[in-house]
Amino acid sequence: MASENLTASSYIQHHLQNLTFGQHPDGSWGIAHGAEEAAAMGFWAIHLDTMLFSIGLGILFLWLFRKAAKKVTADTPSGLQNFVEMMVEFVDQSVKETFHGKNKVIAPLALTIFVWVFLMNTMDLVPVDFLPHLASLLGVPYFRVVPTTDLNATLGMSISVFILIVYYSIKVKGVGGFVGELTLQPFGKWMIPFNLLLEGVGLLAKPVSLALRLFGNLYAGELIFILIAILPWGIQWALSVPWAIFHILVIVLQAFIFMMLTIVYLSMAHEDH
Amino acid sequence: MNINLTLIGQAISFAIFVWFCMKYVWPPVIAALEERSKKIADGLEAANRASRDLELAQEKATQTLRESKEQAAEIIEQANKRANQMIDEAKEQARLEGERRLQAAQAEIEQEVMRAKEALRAQVSALALAGAEKILGASVDEKAHSEIVEKLAKEL
Repeated sequence: MASENLTASSYIQHHLQNLTFGQHPDGSWGIAHGAEEAAAMGFWAIHLDTMLFSIGLGILFLWLFRKAAKKVTADTPSGLQNFVEMMVEFVDQSVKETFHGKNKVIAPLALTIFVWVFLMNTMDLVPVDFLPHLASLLGVPYFRVVPTTDLNATLGMSISVFILIVYYSIKVKGVGGFVGELTLQPFGKWMIPFNLLLEGVGLLAKPVSLALRLFGNLYAGELIFILIAILPWGIQWALSVPWAIFHILVIVLQAFIFMMLTIVYLSMAHEDH
Repeated sequence: MNINLTLIGQAISFAIFVWFCMKYVWPPVIAALEERSKKIADGLEAANRASRDLELAQEKATQTLRESKEQAAEIIEQANKRANQMIDEAKEQARLEGERRLQAAQAEIEQEVMRAKEALRAQVSALALAGAEKILGASVDEKAHSEIVEKLAKEL
């Protein structure tokens, strides 16, 4: 536990609080202390911890892959190149199986999603008190290390994907085609409002479900780690180790699902009904 | 859980990461993968071609071997035939030579016989003449009676 004078609920709340930077209602700028202050900042605030870790991990991913890509050869690969090729080939295979059009964006997009989400999820396996405690020693009051447990991060990605879905739908089918797809099915032109309602919900459900699925899984996982961390220190390992081992599956699976669904949605955007 | 500017920040960094990946990570790696798979395909094809070439070469070698065996057999056969022919010719010549010699010998023998007969006849006629002379008691004019004697000798 972070400190003895904390109750269990305040400990959990503390762990679920992002390091939020924004404008206080009184006009001054600074870090929010507590959930109420953070909520009072409204939309124009930013989670510094989420941004730090997501961008840091994104740069780690790109640095690693760029390093391999610069030295890539068609001869016998070794070490890092093997790993990078494996990932690229895996993603390429997944894209080719699902998406049959010609698009230069989808495969790198899928690779970025898979590796980035995986790295962000992996932060879940770092013991829950380790980095926040280290940060508190440096005077940082709140520190959430898993960006994918922040709905902003997952929504940020899924909304980007949503924009791509709309963009490619319009690019491939034209504005008329896209609007027609939203309004003229499944029931024909006499049921346009009803069709629009159905298809609109279907369309909007894509980014929302994408974001909430990843967020929910990782949030729940993190919460259980936090709950385990409340237990007496001597028996924590008996629960946290099995949960962490199980979580290895979850973090890969969730990254894969996010990638696969992105590919599926974009391939649907490319297909005429 | 607050929705705030983090969302836009995340979207922007996501876009930048995807752009970077698309520009600097994906193309070289996928190009290398494609080049390698092409190399492997080429290698396999070359191996196939080589084995096909080998098969052809073996076939050709076998054919050449068979042809040379056939030629050799032909040559041997011809040689045998020629040898037999020569032997036959030699035999024929020998036979002809023998016949020729035999004929010559027979002719000589006949000549010899004729000559002996002639000599005998001359002697018999002389003997007959002498006998007749003795019987007639008078000398017979050889010239007058030579016709008779001749006739006599021819009858012998």
